Amino acid sequence: MTQAPVPFEKAYERLEQILEKMNRGNVPLEEALQFYEEADGLLRLCHEKLINAEEKIEILIKQRNGELSPDEKGQPLKQAFQPGLVR
Amino acid sequence: MTILSVYELTISIKKLLEKQFTSLAVRGEISNLKEQSSGHIYFTLKDKDSQISAVFFRGDAAKILKRPIKNGDEVIVRGELNVYAPRGNYQIIVREIEFAGVGELLLKLHQLKKTLDARGWFDAAHKKPLPKHPKVIGVITSPTGAVIQDIVNVLSRRFSGFQLLLNPVKVQGEGAAKEIAQAIDEMNRYNLADVLIVGRGGGSLEDLWAFNEEIVAEAIFRSQIPIVTAIGHETDTCIADFVADLRAPTPSAAAEIVTAEKAQKLDFLRSVKRTLSNTLRHKTNEERARWTGFARHPIFSTSSTLLSPYFQRIDELREDLDASIKTGMLEQRLHLRRLKETLTLLNPSSQIDQQKSRLETIKRTLFQASQTVLLQKKERLKQLEQHLMAINPKNLLTKGYCILFRENSNSVIVSTRDVEDQERLDVLLQDGTLKVQRIP
Repeated sequence: MTQAPVPFEKAYERLEQILEKMNRGNVPLEEALQFYEEADGLLRLCHEKLINAEEKIEILIKQRNGELSPDEKGQPLKQAFQPGLVR
Repeated sequence: MTILSVYELTISIKKLLEKQFTSLAVRGEISNLKEQSSGHIYFTLKDKDSQISAVFFRGDAAKILKRPIKNGDEVIVRGELNVYAPRGNYQIIVREIEFAGVGELLLKLHQLKKTLDARGWFDAAHKKPLPKHPKVIGVITSPTGAVIQDIVNVLSRRFSGFQLLLNPVKVQGEGAAKEIAQAIDEMNRYNLADVLIVGRGGGSLEDLWAFNEEIVAEAIFRSQIPIVTAIGHETDTCIADFVADLRAPTPSAAAEIVTAEKAQKLDFLRSVKRTLSNTLRHKTNEERARWTGFARHPIFSTSSTLLSPYFQRIDELREDLDASIKTGMLEQRLHLRRLKETLTLLNPSSQIDQQKSRLETIKRTLFQASQTVLLQKKERLKQLEQHLMAINPKNLLTKGYCILFRENSNSVIVSTRDVEDQERLDVLLQDGTLKVQRIP
């Protein structure tokens, strides 16, 4: 379901509403299907919001004197890090 | 040999020894402690191999001692050596006593804790709430320790997408406290994380000491980024723990705490999905049972055409449902594949391979280019050689030409006017020289 972006908390509330209605048990099948479809979209949206970042494990690069190494923008340099594979 | 009196010998020894040890510092354990009514304190300083007497005079003792010394205290004594002639023994005149060992560390910890508590640094009012959805989790610990490994394990187990930035520091020994404090400041200065975990594995009080230093406490208090500490075992409590916004019993717990909200939301989403699917399946089954019941009715059993559109609708609905579940699975699979591809791309060894094959290509191109140039040069050389051959005068000799030289000299004759009558000449032919003479 592609709609205008729904804020996370709103989506959350709506999911709770749908769940409640579905659980009441007297929802006709047609409506239940519509609910299911809507909920499916909301679920995907929430999931994406929660897990939107790509996984990144990084370590700050330090100079011999313990200072950070800044890049041309003055931000400290980092590199990928895998625990257990250092020095 | 001169015969000395006892006094003379003692005075000589005194001069010799006292000159040698005017200022000393000795570490040892206090024993045989006696405090005389005069206020002077006498004791023996010992270690497992030796002992030496010491005296701490009243004036100094009152000025220096923060707390009374007792037998068994590990101390560093400063002062000078003195020979006490009346008894013929030597002793340390103590000017200063400094406590050493765990006891002293505990005292320091206690005092700093009191000071900071009085400043209000442990107050709940200063505790910052942790962010609900931290984008980047900063970790300040040793890059080689178990802490970072535990944290990464917990996060990897719980989520597929998270961002972690490690600020590597020494967590024990000289300079550790300074590094930790500096790391906290750096994370703040560059705003590198939304929450910080400051941690170290278990160890002795001395091992954990950096986390009891005032500079670390100051950095934690100063930090705008909320800090969770995970230092030592659950039973160890450091000054850093008191100043931090939250203390976690272990590094794994710290990782769980900073991601609790997210985990809870994800759990909720999972349960919603499960409940919805179950409810829907239940409903479909119910509906199907109802329709099947109708269908069995005698009226419809013969004329199924009456109900067929409805049957079809049910089938469609079921297909829709199946399809939506399948699509969902397909999307998940696609997502997984995308993640895998990203991972492969990010894999340093594949990047190295790419760079290697690029290098190979460059090498090959260079080789080919140089080969071509070499070939051209060779070709050009051959041509030049042929040209040279063609114009080499000696070559002409093979074709019947000859060259005239003045006799026994290298000067070539090119005109009849150059030769006088009777003059002898050398004629150079292809296979040798011929002597000739001009006839008039």
